[in-house]
Amino acid sequence: MAKVHVSTSVNGEPTEFLCEPHDTLLDVLRNELNMTGTKEGCGSGDCGACSVTVNDRLVCSCLVLGAEAEGKEIGTVEGIGNNDSLHVIQEKFLEHAALQCGICTPGLIVSTKALLEENPSPTEEEARYYLAGNLCRCTGYDKIIRAVMDAAESMRGAA
Amino acid sequence: MSEAKDYKYVGTRRVRPDGYDKVTGRANYGADLTLPGMIWGRILRSPHAHAKIKGINTSKAEAHPGVSAVVTFQDFPEKSQGSPLAQNILANEKALYHGHAIAAVAAKTVQIAEEALGLIEVDYEVLTPVMDLDTAMADGATLINENLKTVGLPEPATEASNIAARQELKIGDIDAGFAEADVILEREYSTPTVHQGYIEPHACTVRYDENGQSMVWCCTQGHFDVRASTANLLGMELGKLKVVASEIGGGFGGKTTIYLEPVALMLSKKSGNPVKIVMDRDEVFKASGPGAATKSWIKIGAKKDGTFTAMQAKMAFEAGAFPGSPVGPGTMTVFAPYDVANAKVEGFDVLVNKPKVAAYRAPGAPQAEFASEMLINELAEKLGMDMIDIRLKNAAREGTQALYGPKFREIGFIECLEQCKASEHYQNAVAEGNGRGVGAGFWFNIGGVSSAVIHMNPDGTATLLEGSPDIGGSRASMQSMAAEELGIAPERIKPIVADTEMVAHNDTTGGSRTTFATGMAVIEAAQDVVRQFKERAASTWNVTPEQVEWADGVARNTAGDGEMTCQEICASAGRTGGQITGRGNINARGAGPSFSVHIADVAVDKDTGKVDVVRYTASQDAGRAIHPSYVEGQIQGGSVQGIGWALNEEYIYSDDGLLENPGFLDYRIPLASDLPMIDPIVVEVPNPFHPYGVRGVGEANIIPPLATVATAVGNAIGRPMPDLPCSPPRVLKAIQEG
Amino acid sequence: MTVVEYSAAASIEEAVSLLLSSDIPAKVLAGGTDLIIQSAGLDPIKVVDIKNIDSMMGATIDGDGLTLGPSMPCAELYSRDDVKALFPGLVEAAYLIGSTQVQGRCSVGGNLCNSSPAADTIPALIANAAQCVIQGPGGERTVAVEDFVTGVGRNCMAKGELLTALRLAKPAAGTSDAYLRFIPRTEMDIAVAGAGVSVTLDGAGTCTAARVSIGAVAPTALLIPEAADALIGSKLDEAALDKAAAASLAASSPITDRRGTVEFRKHVVGVLTKRAATIAAQRARGE
Repeated sequence: MAKVHVSTSVNGEPTEFLCEPHDTLLDVLRNELNMTGTKEGCGSGDCGACSVTVNDRLVCSCLVLGAEAEGKEIGTVEGIGNNDSLHVIQEKFLEHAALQCGICTPGLIVSTKALLEENPSPTEEEARYYLAGNLCRCTGYDKIIRAVMDAAESMRGAA
Repeated sequence: MSEAKDYKYVGTRRVRPDGYDKVTGRANYGADLTLPGMIWGRILRSPHAHAKIKGINTSKAEAHPGVSAVVTFQDFPEKSQGSPLAQNILANEKALYHGHAIAAVAAKTVQIAEEALGLIEVDYEVLTPVMDLDTAMADGATLINENLKTVGLPEPATEASNIAARQELKIGDIDAGFAEADVILEREYSTPTVHQGYIEPHACTVRYDENGQSMVWCCTQGHFDVRASTANLLGMELGKLKVVASEIGGGFGGKTTIYLEPVALMLSKKSGNPVKIVMDRDEVFKASGPGAATKSWIKIGAKKDGTFTAMQAKMAFEAGAFPGSPVGPGTMTVFAPYDVANAKVEGFDVLVNKPKVAAYRAPGAPQAEFASEMLINELAEKLGMDMIDIRLKNAAREGTQALYGPKFREIGFIECLEQCKASEHYQNAVAEGNGRGVGAGFWFNIGGVSSAVIHMNPDGTATLLEGSPDIGGSRASMQSMAAEELGIAPERIKPIVADTEMVAHNDTTGGSRTTFATGMAVIEAAQDVVRQFKERAASTWNVTPEQVEWADGVARNTAGDGEMTCQEICASAGRTGGQITGRGNINARGAGPSFSVHIADVAVDKDTGKVDVVRYTASQDAGRAIHPSYVEGQIQGGSVQGIGWALNEEYIYSDDGLLENPGFLDYRIPLASDLPMIDPIVVEVPNPFHPYGVRGVGEANIIPPLATVATAVGNAIGRPMPDLPCSPPRVLKAIQEG
Repeated sequence: MTVVEYSAAASIEEAVSLLLSSDIPAKVLAGGTDLIIQSAGLDPIKVVDIKNIDSMMGATIDGDGLTLGPSMPCAELYSRDDVKALFPGLVEAAYLIGSTQVQGRCSVGGNLCNSSPAADTIPALIANAAQCVIQGPGGERTVAVEDFVTGVGRNCMAKGELLTALRLAKPAAGTSDAYLRFIPRTEMDIAVAGAGVSVTLDGAGTCTAARVSIGAVAPTALLIPEAADALIGSKLDEAALDKAAAASLAASSPITDRRGTVEFRKHVVGVLTKRAATIAAQRARGE
């Protein structure tokens, strides 16, 4: 089976890779591009740990073929802040202790960013429903939702 | 030591030291390591729940291009082949559950390994599966293990049975207790097989090395136990196997044993390559260790004023395919929150054709205390008493003789009850049409062996090595405790979860032991450093160490003038006797039990049976909250796992014993949109055996929600809900039968 | 299935030709949220990605009604206020599939072509009398949506055929729709039962036309004329709603599985029919 050559952009960087036709975008990110910030929890779109954006739309990278990335703009957690300058969402997750084991955190950071770009003033209920596809088994979601609402408020203040 | 005291760092809400890596995606979990030359392992699993394996032919798989190695049970050293652990890791003569590992392949790619699995020929003789307690315990039941005889019977067993063990606990005179009662209630309860539901699947990357440099990288709650079990099965010396604990994406007890590591090492040994194995979500549900399904019968006698006179229980726990359910802790905890003179508990450990159960957060206690707490609520209703008042009337307190052995020291059960009673939630009546429930939980907590080392660096910063995988923020609490002892800023201390070669053995992260026991090792290591600081300062000043006072990171000469900061002592350490390292190697005793009391309000859609938790309050005795945010997080997270257990989570098997919901789609754990905020009440009754009064907080919180929520549902619909989960079809049926 | 070949078609004609010429089974790749999960086995398949074809990805409203590109992501569909104004029930169904992430990829056409008994958008499409435009080697044909799905995971499309549009006629005055489903949690689950209802009310509030469709309670979503008949001529009073609910219940033939029992599904599909009809009527009255 012939490999597919793909030219794409990951976090704003032009990127090329070869993948098998069956490789998912998640496989490619983790195993070809060595970007392991995107996590695999289920491989079936049920947990959200692999959340990324494709052309600014939030998706599960386990449900996208690597080949489909051709010509697209991919956004991953690695593109959102770093140790020297965290994104306000990341700061709020730390401040509110909105993570315990941390495996769902990259997906939640990516999803929260997408949420607040679409809806800068979500109600608590809107935030809970938007993030329903990001499973967290440690926190009971309380501190996550508080972090998201606080981040929204900060971002509105800064805008 | 344990009186309330203000600390500088203990009790503050600091940003956790590993947080930056976790919010940026840089933290490395079980599946995140790739080694040069690495190949991929995959595991062939039984399509049957119960089958004799008459033969396995791997020759076609071995010949498949790209395949480097194939292993089966026969590849275990002969002396390990009698081990049930080995037989769970790879099936021997029988496949004992749907998904039981049969063989493994390592190949250049996952795809090739999958292809090769399809080429392995297994000759199965399918047997009748034994899928529930009633079937397993019935006379003439199909036997899962023909050689198993029940232990713990009054007379030694003569016949083989699926009942692996019976145990009994007694106090007082149960018959006399019931004779004293004005009211006696009894009822049967059941709970389903559930899964811990950690989001990170089991994973490991290993390298076998003939010359004693073998390495395992894996996600585990206890890498020292991974090393011990794996080395034991493979006949290796401990010193020749390094195990590195990756970051761990949740465990809740489910990552306290091994499934993949010996298989990967055998594949690595055969192939000569490093091997990575990552479970699919489907494999996690089918073949890791779920929480036990149970059936319980509870009987309670009480006086008209609510005083319990007798409590009796008979409980059966599913062990899965091998003996070892948590029926022991179940029998010990079922009535532990209460002061009762007469009690009797009988428990059974029963084999079924399901995966061998593993620990799940307070193993055994949620199932057992679900049953007792449900009946206590029913008793309160019968007596016209408030659900909290009946518990206050009977609550265990300092000096209470516990059924399971000890007399309680200072405990915080009454404080939890009183603070819940005083809460704004409880003070407001439940909304019309909704239901309210209350439940309590008790968990022992454990101590055990922990080791920590603190290296002081020449600039006065500290490197703290400890051996407990950080499953929910423990680095932060270790950092705070070390900072408190050393008197230096927490940011100057770097806590590291050390591998098996960097510190001495640590018991597994479990039993809510880490902040308590490993915390004590860290405190001891820090005190060892302070002792050396004093010695170095004393030698500089020509005084005795006793004449040196250490406070806020500065040594002071009490016999004259002079101050030396931590930085100054460390900078000159090379000249004053060498670098400074503190050690704490302990076996911690005196883990203080933790109690938890919850309140839930639910709304039920009477036309569909769907339950909505509208308000939830959870109290727990933390002894002393080292990091209050993460204590609250434990309370909230445990509450929500318990809510899931109460409402929707269950393993669903076909009549053939095949698991029908091995995924997050149909194994329905709670979502953000399913829940309200969880209001935590952190109670602090210090544990007298810990320098800061710490009690473990990881587990007691998952116990109350089962009865709390099921009682609330029952009160909303006017029918008891003795069988979990309270899923919509079951709730609707109860409404319709009402 | 394992994807061994990936092609992105630039036009409907190219897609049809790629599907037709494949010597291994060929599947259309829209959002992939079902297809990629189904790709777990080893049998080789080819996929033809049709998301680069503009007409497959858009939605236009004109005097005749809505022409929906079958592959338009549901998240894009439910952000379209113009579509929501005309077909709130269909948009509601699109909003219910999976998570936000899944909605970023999944589509109404994909949901239809996957042909699951539990598909959320199919009852909503049936309630709105959607027409399926299918392009194939022999040209174009149109099929009523209730005739599209022929069994569990099966539909009327032959090799080389592609669903190119869904057409929903502009609703008559006083018409609106609703879709409800039952799931154990608040999100993420597959429908245990579903009901889509469209009603037309005259100035006096009498129902003059209705379509009722139920999902997840039979091998395919069903159009229930008896339920519609119960509503037509009534003012959607309790008795009429109960009669419609009873008709849905009677027409259903569910199974017991990991998501629900026969008894539960039958009861709930009646409840949902009643509730969906009530909501559709409120919308039709402009409430």
